[in-house]
Amino acid sequence: MRYLPLTDADRGAMLAKIGARSIEDLFRDVPEAARLKGPLDLPRHQGEIEVERALGRLAAMNVPASAGPFFVGCGAYKHHVPASVDHLIQRSEFLTSYTPYQPEIAQGTLQYLFEFQTQVALITGMEVANASMYDGSTGTAEAVLMAERVTRRKKAVLCGNLHPHYADVVATVAGVSGMTIEIGDPVPGGGANLADAVDAETACLVVQNPDFFGNLRDLRALAARVHEKGALLIVVVTEIVSLGAVMSPGAMGADIVVGEGQSLGVGLQFGGPYVGLFATRQKLVRQMPGRLCGETVDANGKRGYVLTLSTREQHIRREKATSNICTNSGLMCLAFTIHLALLGEEGFKRLARLNHEAAVRLAEELSAIPGVELVTPHFFNEFTLRLPRSAQAVADALADKGVLGGVRASRLLPGRKGIETLLIVAATETNTDDDRAAYVRALKEILA
Amino acid sequence: MNEQGRPTRLEGAMPTPSEVRTFSGHRGLDHDEPLLFESGRPGHCGVDLPAPSLSHDRLGGLAREGAIGLPGLSEPEIVRHFVRLSQKNYAIDTGLFPLGSCTMKHNPRLNEKLARLAGFADIHPLQPQKTIQGALALIEELARWLMVMTGMPAVAMSPKAGAHGELCGLMAIKAAIAARGEKRTRILVPESAHGTNPATAAAIGFSVDAIPATPRGRVDVAALKAKLGPDVAGVMVTNPNTCGLFEDEILAIADAIHGAGGYFYCDGANFNAIVGRVRPGDLGIDAMHINLHKTFSTPHGGGGPGAGPVVLSEALAPFAPLPHIVHDANGLRLVEHEADAREEGLNPFGRMVAFHGQMGMFVRALAYMMSHGADGLRQVADDAVLNANYILSSLKDVMSAPFGDTGPCMHEALFDDTYLKDTGVSTLDVAKALIDEGYHPMTVYFPLVVHGAMLIEPTETESKESLDRFIAVMRGLAGEAKAGRTARFTGAPYFAPRARLDETRAARQPVLRWTPPKPAEAAE
Repeated sequence: MRYLPLTDADRGAMLAKIGARSIEDLFRDVPEAARLKGPLDLPRHQGEIEVERALGRLAAMNVPASAGPFFVGCGAYKHHVPASVDHLIQRSEFLTSYTPYQPEIAQGTLQYLFEFQTQVALITGMEVANASMYDGSTGTAEAVLMAERVTRRKKAVLCGNLHPHYADVVATVAGVSGMTIEIGDPVPGGGANLADAVDAETACLVVQNPDFFGNLRDLRALAARVHEKGALLIVVVTEIVSLGAVMSPGAMGADIVVGEGQSLGVGLQFGGPYVGLFATRQKLVRQMPGRLCGETVDANGKRGYVLTLSTREQHIRREKATSNICTNSGLMCLAFTIHLALLGEEGFKRLARLNHEAAVRLAEELSAIPGVELVTPHFFNEFTLRLPRSAQAVADALADKGVLGGVRASRLLPGRKGIETLLIVAATETNTDDDRAAYVRALKEILA
Repeated sequence: MNEQGRPTRLEGAMPTPSEVRTFSGHRGLDHDEPLLFESGRPGHCGVDLPAPSLSHDRLGGLAREGAIGLPGLSEPEIVRHFVRLSQKNYAIDTGLFPLGSCTMKHNPRLNEKLARLAGFADIHPLQPQKTIQGALALIEELARWLMVMTGMPAVAMSPKAGAHGELCGLMAIKAAIAARGEKRTRILVPESAHGTNPATAAAIGFSVDAIPATPRGRVDVAALKAKLGPDVAGVMVTNPNTCGLFEDEILAIADAIHGAGGYFYCDGANFNAIVGRVRPGDLGIDAMHINLHKTFSTPHGGGGPGAGPVVLSEALAPFAPLPHIVHDANGLRLVEHEADAREEGLNPFGRMVAFHGQMGMFVRALAYMMSHGADGLRQVADDAVLNANYILSSLKDVMSAPFGDTGPCMHEALFDDTYLKDTGVSTLDVAKALIDEGYHPMTVYFPLVVHGAMLIEPTETESKESLDRFIAVMRGLAGEAKAGRTARFTGAPYFAPRARLDETRAARQPVLRWTPPKPAEAAE
């Protein structure tokens, strides 16, 4: 077996050194009744050729996003990832290293985490960021639990335009911990009245911006109302590229910002692994979940980096930790950091602008088709259309024409009245003029 | 003879490294690399994007104004920066990584290649389901392998790491207890457990009750039984445990907890030791997470991502979180909502993640499993256990193995610091001296049940020659410590990119991000 270096001669010599008669001898603590007598009912080992053939066959059964005009979003976005990103994250020293618990031989990982934390703080407009969560949805649940610790209040209010899967994750995780979770009704056109839902018992209000339907919202007045009640404003950003074009959540008064970093460096990957961004204010840092990398000096006075404030974490504090998280999204942080470093200030802003333009052009052309209405007045790179018939039927018909035209709202909000005709459409820098023309042509034909 | 030729002979006394200070701050191949933010300049960019051309926007007056503060760098500068950073890291590809409880084994590159196939890497989680049938089939196939290997009837695939799997398992337990109309508030956790176990239990509102260990390094079953009662929801046991030992009374533990109406959660972090040898389903376990990034070789990536599917017993299976995959007339279908799940006769406790779990890790893990097959996976466990016992046998005469005389260990060998008593050398010093020897240290000061723990997990992907070299180093270090030659320990590491770092300063005066130098400083 190609991954196992021991030979039978080695095994014999080692058993002799140990003083064991056989390998079975080493498993003697396993209760006799529970020991497997024969091999597992699974195929025997295979070479690279066979494995590659079998998995290649499964891969070929899927339609990749790059195979045609592609406009699917709702929390995961198709962006171009520069070639150097994937090359660099496959460097053995990054790919096959561990959590940097021995900082003297992990400065590479620690320095990029410090750079990642700085980038995340800058783009979100916050003071500090951690070294990542699993993804945006789990990060949102962690943010709600953090708000409970900070405010010592047990109720969280979620805006109805928060991604429904995110709301489900919060309700599942924070709900089972004993919090009361109130979820508002979705308002596809945006502008729901949220301030009244926040009272003196509320730990936090969770708002997504741009929201699930794509709406952009000025949160400044809302932040002031939330703060008046002594609650925290948690802002969720599922399309992190938006922060290159839109005022940052920090500038709008957010106390905690949770982001899904998938758009930079990570790729679609059918939903994972992604990378959760988590940023807050300096004064709340000791209530933060997750790892933090900090600057210090070594015994010779040279600058270096270490994991710090570990007294918040499970391996030190056990049942008193701020979170149970251990493994996070290290390598995806690296991909994010490299991609954003390649973009830099100008590239990030330009990328965001190109995304917005692609969406504006598409929205204007699609909503010019008779019967099609643009529901979201202000948006970044994703918008919602009201169609003259079932969005599911239209999306299926588009797929049959080779256009993956978006996500029907009813897929994530089943059983809701009045949303059956809503289609959520995302456009990015990867969409060409031909893609847009193909979409417009296909939709006209379907609705004709 | 050419008098002006390049000198090839070493002549005279050479200065020692400490006498040489470089102008650059670099030391040969060891480059001191500034932060991105200290290198970038306005106007530089590492990508070429077309110029925007639309004259209006629909941002509703929320356009960002002013600078963000991101540095600008070209592609060659970025590539060099990150390659230089990479060279400051130790990795399994550069050497033995005997980090106990972490299973740092070889990461096959076939798995990387397959995870990057467009049909896996470039598909969206919300694409129409008829366009992702191969992805669902892969998840189904991986689930089947996991169920066969563990002898369990169900598996929840979506948890994103081990601790997330623990959360999933305990929430299933909580849901099952609620479905019986009961309320149970206490979880029993052995003292030797990973910190994630008590943290997880506490996170969802359980109180945590610690179970002591016996002098043989196992769960004290009598103490456990004494703590059982109608308020106990379950017990969380790591098996093999964090002392590297198989819980030989595990069947009695399972009977006891089930007899008291609770559930048996197993932390599967150490499944590598027993895969193909024993199935958790035959041990009375109700839920166990499997760290695909440990047993099934998906790369640790400097701290993640991982994946933590949870196998479930018949009793807990109905409560598995969304999404599920079912077969129907059109092929495979995702069940994404509670109402749909109820039609399938399921009662999910909720949803743990936005989408369907760590697909990228699933591809890698399945490729690994198929490469090994049933025969190879059993050999994995055998060789992992053999390697650990070889280390234990080869070191226990010069180091101190608290449970070394009670029988064989499993996949990792535990030592304490008794052998360092009165030497002036600590466990941490030994770890740092190992860095100078070119090794990543073992896990230190964990588990907490022995003093100054050193937990060595070689894994099955080390050769005997590699182990012999490591053993020689450990024996050498033990001898030096006992001989009172402490300088090589107390100042170590001497040969790493950094000397020991001041962690106290980092915590007392936290600097968690770069900030621009103040104008006065910048002017100097």
